[in-house]
Amino acid sequence: METKNSGRRGFLKGALAAGAATMAATPGESAAQAAAKAPATAAPPSSRTIAAETMGVHSVHDDELTGHVHNPGSDFMVDVLKAASIKYVAVMTASSNRGFQESIVNYGGNKAPEMIVCCHEEAAAGIAHGYAKMSGKPMACMVHGNVGLQHASMAIYNAWCDRVPMMVIAGNTADATKRRPGVEWFHTSVDQAAMVRDFVKFDDAPVSLQHYAESFMRAMSAATTPPMEPVLIVADGELQEVPAENRAALRIPKPVSVSPPEGDARAVAEAAKILLAAKNPLIVVDRAARSQEGVDLLVKLAESLNAPVIDLRARMNFPTTHYLNQSSLQRKYIAAADVILALEVGDLWGLVNSVSDTPGRPSKGLIKAETRVISISVNYLLAKSNYGDIQRYQAADLALAADAQATLPSLIEALKREASAPQSAAIAARKQPMQAAFAAMREAARNDATRGWDASPVSTARLCQEVWAQIKNEKWALVSQPQFQSYWPHRLWDITEYRQFIGHSGGFGIGYGLPAAAGAALACKDEGRLAVNIQSDGDLLMVPSVLWTLAHHKIPLLNIMHNNRAWHQETMHLQRMGTRRERDPESWRHGTLIEAPYVDYAMMAKSMGVWAEGPISDPALLGPAIQRALAVVKSGLPALIDVVTQPR
Amino acid sequence: MNILNKISCSLLLTLIGAAGVAGEAYAQSAVEISRGHELFINRGCYLCHGTVGQGGIAGPHLVPDTLPAEAFLAFVRRPPSEMPPFSEKIMSDAELHAVHAYLSSLPKSPTADSIKLLPKPVGK
Ligand code: HEC
Repeated sequence: METKNSGRRGFLKGALAAGAATMAATPGESAAQAAAKAPATAAPPSSRTIAAETMGVHSVHDDELTGHVHNPGSDFMVDVLKAASIKYVAVMTASSNRGFQESIVNYGGNKAPEMIVCCHEEAAAGIAHGYAKMSGKPMACMVHGNVGLQHASMAIYNAWCDRVPMMVIAGNTADATKRRPGVEWFHTSVDQAAMVRDFVKFDDAPVSLQHYAESFMRAMSAATTPPMEPVLIVADGELQEVPAENRAALRIPKPVSVSPPEGDARAVAEAAKILLAAKNPLIVVDRAARSQEGVDLLVKLAESLNAPVIDLRARMNFPTTHYLNQSSLQRKYIAAADVILALEVGDLWGLVNSVSDTPGRPSKGLIKAETRVISISVNYLLAKSNYGDIQRYQAADLALAADAQATLPSLIEALKREASAPQSAAIAARKQPMQAAFAAMREAARNDATRGWDASPVSTARLCQEVWAQIKNEKWALVSQPQFQSYWPHRLWDITEYRQFIGHSGGFGIGYGLPAAAGAALACKDEGRLAVNIQSDGDLLMVPSVLWTLAHHKIPLLNIMHNNRAWHQETMHLQRMGTRRERDPESWRHGTLIEAPYVDYAMMAKSMGVWAEGPISDPALLGPAIQRALAVVKSGLPALIDVVTQPR
Repeated sequence: MNILNKISCSLLLTLIGAAGVAGEAYAQSAVEISRGHELFINRGCYLCHGTVGQGGIAGPHLVPDTLPAEAFLAFVRRPPSEMPPFSEKIMSDAELHAVHAYLSSLPKSPTADSIKLLPKPVGK
C-alpha cells in the first residue's frame, strides 16, 4: 500500500519544498511563514507530512505550490478496476483519460488491468465484446469524451444487441470552469452517456471517488446479470487528476455476482406437460447457453424429449455432431412442429413468420394455427424500445421471463417427473428417425460442399475445409461469424465445446469482425486455445488497425481472408433493385465492389507487423499456406492469409 | 475485365479443349458458352449462385442438374419467390440461352467420397 512510499515521497518533497518556499508563498503568508511550514532540510518526513499524506488533508496545498499531484483520484479508480478483477482495458489513448491511463501504467503496473492499445474506439469496444464472449468475463474499454464515445457507439450497440457485458469508461469534465477553452469544450458534454443511453443497461457520471466505486460495482453487477449488457461509467477528468481526499476513508464495495432469474416452478411444470404431450416438439436455441454447462444441459433436455434442435447460432448452444442438431432443416421442422420451445430466441416473430423481399413485402406465418409456442427468455426483462433489436412482437402461448440456462435443470427435472409411460415410449421411438435424418443432413452438406470444389476464386466450402483439416486436432475456436461462408463450419465441422464458437455480432454492424476476433483471441491466448478468424474483406476495411494491435500485443490469431472483393450483401441488394426496376442490369457493381484497385490485404497486414501471404485464388495453394501461417500462430504471433473467394 | 472472368475463362477453355469438339459447331458453342459465362457474371447471377453455379446461402445450385433450357428461361423470367425477375427488357432470350449453355458446359464436381477434406461425419 501507500504508507511505505509516502515516507520516501514526503522526504523528497520536503527537500523540494524547502527550496520552493523561499520563492512562493500563499497570499497573506510571508515567505518565512511558508518556509517555517516546510521542513528546512531533507530530513525524514515530519509527523505532519505523514499525517497529511496518509490522512488525505495533506499535501494538496503543498502540491499546488510545487505543481505536483500525489495520490490522484485515478489511482483509486485503478484500485476499483483491480477490485472488480478487470484484467484488460482496451484503450484508445485520449486526453480526457490521461490521468487514468497514467495510473494504469505507473500506479497499477499495467497489469490486471493491462492496457490493450487500440487505434480506434470502435476497435476498443469490439475487442471487449469478443473477449467477454470467449472468457465469460467483462473487459473494460476506455474512450475519449464525445468523439471517442461516438466512435465506439456502433460497437457498443453490437454488444447491446448481442447481450454481452462490457465496462465502458468515458472521459468528460463536468465542471465547466475546469475546462481549457477550445478542444476540451468540444470533447465534453453535459450528459456524456446520453448518446448511448438507449443501448447501455446502466450509466452514471460519478462526482466523487466514493460515488465512482459504488457506481462501478453496481454497473458491473448490472452488466453481468442476464440480460447481460454493456454499461457506462464516466471518469470525470477533474476527479481523475485532483488528489483523492481522505483516501483511507474510501471504500470499494466487493463485486457481487447476482444469480440469474430462474423460471417460475408452476410455469416450468406447465411447459414440461405441454412438451411431453407434443407429437412433434421442436427446440430452438439462440443465446441459450452461456457456458459449457449450458451446452450440456441443452443436450440433456433435447435427449429427454428426442426433439430436434434448431440452433440459430448467436452462441455455441448445441454440438453439431449430435443427432438432434438438425439446424439445416429449420423450415421443415418449424412447419411440422406442434410445440416449439424457444430458448433465448432474439426474434421470436421471425422464427415463426417470414417476410418476402419482394414488392409489397408480403408476410406469411410458418407454423400451424394450433402450434403452441413456449418462450423462455430474459428479453422479457428488458425495458428499452427505441432500437429495433426488440424485433416484431410475437405473443407466445407460454412465456417465462427467465434465464434459459438457469431454468434448464428444473425443466429437465419436470420432464422426468411428469412423463407417463406412453409418453416415454413415444419419445424413445423418435430416436431412430432423428438419427437417420441427422445422417442424411450431414451427407447432404458433404455433397453440397463438393460443388465448385476446385473453382477459382476459392469456394467458401473449400476454404472452410482447408482450415478445418489443419485445426481439428488442436484445441481450437472459431472466433468469426460464419453466415458469410454459407455456414459451412456449422454444417461440416465438429463443433462440440462452448468455447469453440462465439456467435455473431448481435447488431450486424460491420466492423465487428476483426476487433471481436482479436478480443476473443486475447482470451484464447490466456487459455492456450488456437483462435481462427475467417475474416470478411469489407469488415476488415472498417478497422484494419486492429492488425497493428494484434502485432503489438503478440496476440496469436489465424486470420483467413474471405476476400470476395465486395460488400457482397449489398451487391445482391443493388442487383435486386436494378432488376426489379428493369434498368441497367449491370449497375449493381457501382459502390458495392471493392475493385480498381483491389486491396492487397497481405501487404496491409505486413505493414502493421503481421506475418502474411496472398492473395491466393488457386485452391490447391491454400493448404500449404495455412500450414505456414499456423506455424507462426503457434509461435505466439498473429498471421493472415489473403484468399480470393467466391461470394458466399 | 473482372478477375473472376479471367480466371474462369481460362478454366473454360481448358474444358472445351478437353471435350475435343471440332469445327464450326465447336467454335459457335465455345463463343456462346464464353458469352454466357460473361453474362452470368456481369448480370449478377453469380452473386447469389456462385461463379460456377455451385449455390450457397443466397441461392440454390444451378450445376449440376441444370433445368432444361425452356424451364430455365421460364423460371428466370418469373421466379416464384425471392429471386428477382429478369425481363426481356434487360436480358434477351438469346442471352439466357447463352447462360444456359455456360452452365450446361460445366463439369460435374468430384464426389464427396473422393475428397479427403470431406470426411464422413462420426455422429453421436
Ligand atoms: C439476388 C439473388 C439472385 C440472383 C441475382 C439470381 N438468382 Fe437465381 N435464384 C435465387 C434464389 C433465391 C432462387 C431459389 C428460388 C427462389 O427463391 O426464387 C433462385 C433460383 C434460380 C433457378 C431455379 C433453380 C432450380 O433448379 O430450381 C434458376 C434457373 C436461376 N435461379 C437462374 C438465375 C440466373 C440465370 C440468374 C441471372 C440472370 C439468377 N438466377 C440471378 C436467387 C438469385
